[in-house]
Amino acid sequence: MKHARVAYDGAIHDALESDGQLLLADGRRVDFDAVTWLPPLAPLPWPRTILALGLNYADHARELAFKAPQEPLVFLKGEGSLLGHRAHTVRPAGVDYMHYECELAVVIGRTAKRVLRADAYDFVAGYTVANDYAIRDYLENWYRPNLRVKNRDTGTPLGPWLVDAADVPNPMKLALRTTVNGQLTQSGHTRDMIFDVPYLIEYFSAFMTLHPGDLILTGTPDGVVDCRPGDVIVTEIENIGALVNTIRSP
Amino acid sequence: MLYLKTANTWSACGSAITLPAQAPEVEIGASLALLIGTPAQGVGATEALRHVAGYVLVNDLSLPHTSYYRPPVKYRNLDGFLGIGPRFATAAAVGAPNRLQLEVRIDGRLRHTVDLAQMRRSAAQLIADVSEFMTLRHGDVLLLGLGAQRPRARAGQRIDIEARGMPALGTLSNTLVQEGASSDAGPPQGAKAPLGGSAAHVVASVGAL
Repeated sequence: MKHARVAYDGAIHDALESDGQLLLADGRRVDFDAVTWLPPLAPLPWPRTILALGLNYADHARELAFKAPQEPLVFLKGEGSLLGHRAHTVRPAGVDYMHYECELAVVIGRTAKRVLRADAYDFVAGYTVANDYAIRDYLENWYRPNLRVKNRDTGTPLGPWLVDAADVPNPMKLALRTTVNGQLTQSGHTRDMIFDVPYLIEYFSAFMTLHPGDLILTGTPDGVVDCRPGDVIVTEIENIGALVNTIRSP
Repeated sequence: MLYLKTANTWSACGSAITLPAQAPEVEIGASLALLIGTPAQGVGATEALRHVAGYVLVNDLSLPHTSYYRPPVKYRNLDGFLGIGPRFATAAAVGAPNRLQLEVRIDGRLRHTVDLAQMRRSAAQLIADVSEFMTLRHGDVLLLGLGAQRPRARAGQRIDIEARGMPALGTLSNTLVQEGASSDAGPPQGAKAPLGGSAAHVVASVGAL
């Protein structure tokens, strides 16, 4: 099933995809464009851990002229940077290079501590699409992206759907693509990840407990380009969804 | 320099904090936590402290590491690596945060003093600079600390942190145990009480190096 979280008619609703419409938990059916889409995650009573991978596709590392990392290059993001489907992301005034990053996002389903690779998929609730925007101008060090680059308000669209893990037989076999104003600019495949989903769950859960609702953003393949106000960016992953975002001025 | 401490790191005052089996020592980062009361977005330094509801002591632990050129998640975000408490003091009770001096005692001996007046950016300026790109929400926590000369401690030792002349903040105490010797620190439960008991604390950030 595909789960969404939307604002409609003065309240926030959990919803399911149903024959090209949204089926709200209260039984009403509404069109996709009748709602405001929120990140497809249930709220948590504590801050959500969001792990994000840098340089996790060999081709992207090559594109940036880096050799592939020997161990996962991970940084953290705050939940405040998340944004729903069909929303607007701010391009700050005066910057020269802001680019999207289409990423498979793993949503943890069970408390995970010292999980072995072979068992890792048992701890996944599902998958969604993240667009982990970066402002290159603020980047001081490739290996250590700072919060100003990666933790900005509106900077991480997520959605539209949380797709149940049971409906994604192999997350390492999914095509990714991004279009800017309808033009294909990025095309990749999750099989090209340097550290795959089971590896990442084993690696992180060895030193930090992951909780239901925590996220792992697994990195982006090559093909990133500058985005300007008004540009419509669609980051899409096969069988997971197409996440639409528009760039705006501050 | 800013970094994030995740919810799995929270440890209540009085609890044991587990060091991994292969880690003989840990660095003690005595810090003052600013608890955000009213949301701060693009605020100026002169108004910034009005967004602070109050303060809590924290012990921001980190495994010693040398590489500056990697995000230090696996050194700073281990389960239990943020002692918090024992109590919340209102902004009015504490006054200007940068005049505080935090004392670190290891097994009762004074080993280090963090003088928050030495910070390159004041608390007010830090709130202004951070809120320029990320909204600080009700319940968010900003940690003020200094990176230099953090003392180290080993399993079996007890760490006490207090602010000199500020009994309203109490004494934050944690003991260190080696992996295998203690139960798991559940993440969110630990820090809830000292941070005010609200159900939806949203983040934690920062430390200055």
